[in-house]
This record gives sequence, structure tokens and C-alpha cells, in this order.
Amino acid sequence: MRKIEAIIKPFKLDEVKQALSAIGIQGMTISEVKGYGRQKGHKEIYRGAEYMVDLIPKIKIEIVVDQSMVDLVVQKIVESARTGKIGDGKIFVLPVEEVIRVRTGETGKDAI
Amino acid sequence: MIPIDRADTAFILICAALVMLMTPGLAIFYAGMVRTKNVLGTIMQSFVMIALISLEWVYLGYSMSFGTDVSGIIGDLSWLGLSGVGAAPSPVYGPTIPHLVFAMFQCMFAVITPALITGAFAERMRFGPFLVFSLAWAIIVYNPVCHWVWASGGWLRNLGVQDFAGGLVVHLSCGAAALAATLVVSPRKGYGNENFVPHNLPMTLLGTGLLWFGWFGFNGGSALAADDIAGSAFAATHLGGMAGMATWLAIEWIHRGKPTTLGAASGAVAGLATITPASGFVSPNAAVIIGVIAGLACYTAVAYKSRLGYDDSLDVVGIHGVSGICGTLLLGVFASRAINPSGANGLLAGNTSLILSQLVGVVAVGAYVFCASWVLLKIVDSLLGLRISDDTENQGLDLGEHSETAYGS
Repeated sequence: MRKIEAIIKPFKLDEVKQALSAIGIQGMTISEVKGYGRQKGHKEIYRGAEYMVDLIPKIKIEIVVDQSMVDLVVQKIVESARTGKIGDGKIFVLPVEEVIRVRTGETGKDAI
Repeated sequence: MIPIDRADTAFILICAALVMLMTPGLAIFYAGMVRTKNVLGTIMQSFVMIALISLEWVYLGYSMSFGTDVSGIIGDLSWLGLSGVGAAPSPVYGPTIPHLVFAMFQCMFAVITPALITGAFAERMRFGPFLVFSLAWAIIVYNPVCHWVWASGGWLRNLGVQDFAGGLVVHLSCGAAALAATLVVSPRKGYGNENFVPHNLPMTLLGTGLLWFGWFGFNGGSALAADDIAGSAFAATHLGGMAGMATWLAIEWIHRGKPTTLGAASGAVAGLATITPASGFVSPNAAVIIGVIAGLACYTAVAYKSRLGYDDSLDVVGIHGVSGICGTLLLGVFASRAINPSGANGLLAGNTSLILSQLVGVVAVGAYVFCASWVLLKIVDSLLGLRISDDTENQGLDLGEHSETAYGS
């Protein structure tokens, strides 16, 4: 099992969700995060004072899938989240030791 | 000349201040319904009218609207820059209050009307071209319509069309302009696929409260005196708003299973807007019935909107447009000279002619405002471009158009 963490542009969330549900992904966890990478921040102006805001709002998507699904899921996220401009985000794939469904106590693949 | 009445003057000054408060109230009413990234942009589109239209009103609008009549169509330019509009009362407009007080009271109506239109193209208009459109709309649409309906010599007023506080001048005109705007300005990106969920409904409810509070000045003050007509308009305003809210909630509860806060706000505004032309002419019981009809009509209009595919983002057509039409026509049914001897009797009091003149008012104002607004929007769009860029739409109006964010970072 693998955990896929994708950091994407907030307005791309709907497209990514649709792309993933089309390949049978039934659940995900998302959080509103802030961060910076190569995309520079933006300027805000308050009473003439300029502030550089370098932490930019992003959405983090977390999905746990079976090994066999990883490539397809990553491909779909890349396709649906891409604008071609800097700041489109990153995807991380991590190993997962165990998954347990709280309600039933099922473990492993059955619990995903 | 009638001497200035101090009670009337004090009352209209307070009413003008109440109507002024409706524009910021409208700003947060709308802002609560948009997404987090467009809050300041939405507030700004209403708030900036206080500067833009007040300026226009003083230097042009008041004279165009209420200046000496030219062929029933428009006022002349003799009061440009409010010259000659001072302490002495006008013999026709509020003869017991200083003329300047009447001009300022009317200024607040001119300010809020174009602000109401902004709900139709929320979250997607460039600020500069939007200002150009709003200013042009005030001059070419609002001022003539205001003259036709309210000014001495205006052709609709001469036909016997009644509009106590702005069913035609404010609500139908912003609704018809909003309809034109939804046709000219394409829907928001993702409309129909994505969720456009209101980001802060408590804000919208607070805005509704401010609007309701201001509405007492809007309708009550339209009596232009602290008298029995003002009292009757005050009562009708409250009862219309109350009945609109109760009706909307009841239908929603039956139709959707649960009553909602946004439903309460929408029903209240529907009731208040619908009673606007009729307040001051109808009995409290009639006001309740008008409010109930408002709730039914506007709920139905908003429910059917989604089937038509136009992105009237904050339902200006479904609420203000429909309210303006219903209120103006219902006035033709329920008006009573027992309530207001200087008004006319409606259908229920045995007079069939009022409802016909009201119908003429609705058709004339609706058609003119729709056509003129459509042409204005097309012109501004082709010269300057109304629509924000894709990038700004993704990023939001707040950062893209104003370099600010509403909720810090």
C-alpha cells in the first residue's frame, strides 16, 4: 500500500476530484495548507505599504491506494492539476505500513 | 411658501442616513454569498458607489432626474452642481423640508441601485470597466427612469403610474439591468460543475438586518414628511418583509425538507423589495398579503433559474426584478385612498385604471432598462473588456483586482 500526497493549486481541486473518482478512487482527505517553492509569492498593499506574501495557499490531497493503482492515480493527478505554469505543485508517494478501518477492525487492502 | 417643518426635516435627514447604511449592508449581504477569494472585490463593487454615484448625483444626476421637466423625458440641467438647491424648499418635492435635504435623500437611492446590479455578475468583472459601466448606467438609465416615474412632469407619473419608494425606479430597474448582464457577461468558470457555496452566511444575515433597518428610512422617508403616511409605510415595510421571510421559509421547509438561514434572508429581502412601491398606499393587511405573494413568486423564480443556465450569481433578477414587477402590479390591486388620500384606489377598491397604468410602468421601465443596459454592457465590453482574465478568476478578485485578502495570511 502507498500513500499519495499531492500539493496542488486550490482551484484545481474539483478537476482532480473528478478525474480520480472516474478511475474508482472512493475517498480522499484534503487540507488547506500554505507553502512556497519556486513559485514566488504575491504582493499585497495596505494603506500604501507593500507586503510580500511568500506563503501561498495550496490544497494537500492525501490518498492511500493499493500498489497496483499508484501509477494510474499519479498520472491522473498530474493531468488534471497541471496548468503548465510555475506553482502547479508536487506529488509524493510514501509506503504505508498498515491501514485499519475503525468501524470494523478490518486491516490492509480491505480497509482502504 | 410653506415654512420649513423641523420635524419633517429631522425625519428625512435620519431617513437619508438610514438609506445610506443600506449600501454597506448590501455589500456584506452579497459578500457573504461569494467565495473567500472574492469577498473584498464584491464588497468594493457596492461600497465604491457611495463615492462614484454621489459625485455623479451632485454634478449631473440630481438635475437630470428632478430638474425642470423637458417633454416628460428628462430634467434640464439647471441644477447642475446643486446650484440653486439649498435651504429653500422645492414647491413640488418635499415642500416642508430644505430642497438640499430632498436632493441628499434621493442621492442615497441613486447610490444603492447600481450596487444592487453587481450581484448578477459577481466574482468575474474587471473593476475599471465595471466603474465605467456603472457611471454610464446611472446617467443613461437611472436618471431618466427616475425622472419618468418620480419627477413632476415625468411621462409615467403623468399617466398615473404610482411608485411610492422605488419598485420601478430601484428594484425593477436593477433587475432588468441584471438580466441584461447575465446575458452579456458569460458565467463564472466552472458554473454548473463546481460548487459555488456561500463562504460566510452570518455575514449575509447581518447584511439582511442592516438592509431591513435601512428600509424603514427608504420607504418611511419616501413620505417626505414625519406624518401618517410615513407611519403607514413603516408598518407596511415591516409586515411585507416579515411575511416574505415567513413564506419563503415555509415553502422551503415543505419543498426541501429544511428551512435555511439563506432562505430567511432571501425571503426577507423579497418581501421588503416587493412592498417598496406599495408601502404608503396599502393597509397593513394588504402588506402581509403582498409579502406572502413576494415569498412565493421569488422562491419560484430562483428555483427555476438554475434550469435556464444563466449565471445570475446572487439572484438579482429572481429577487429584485420579480419583486419590482409584483410589487408595482399588486399596488394596482391593493392601493387604497383611505390609507393615502393623495394616491389612487386599486382594483379591490373598484378602480380598474390603476392596474393598467401600473402595467404600462412595468413594461416601459423593464423594456427600456433591459435594452439600454444590454447596449451599454456590449459597448463597454467591446471597448475595455468586462471579464477578468483566467488567472485573476482563479486567484480571486481580492488579490487580482485589489492586492488585498479578506482573511489575512
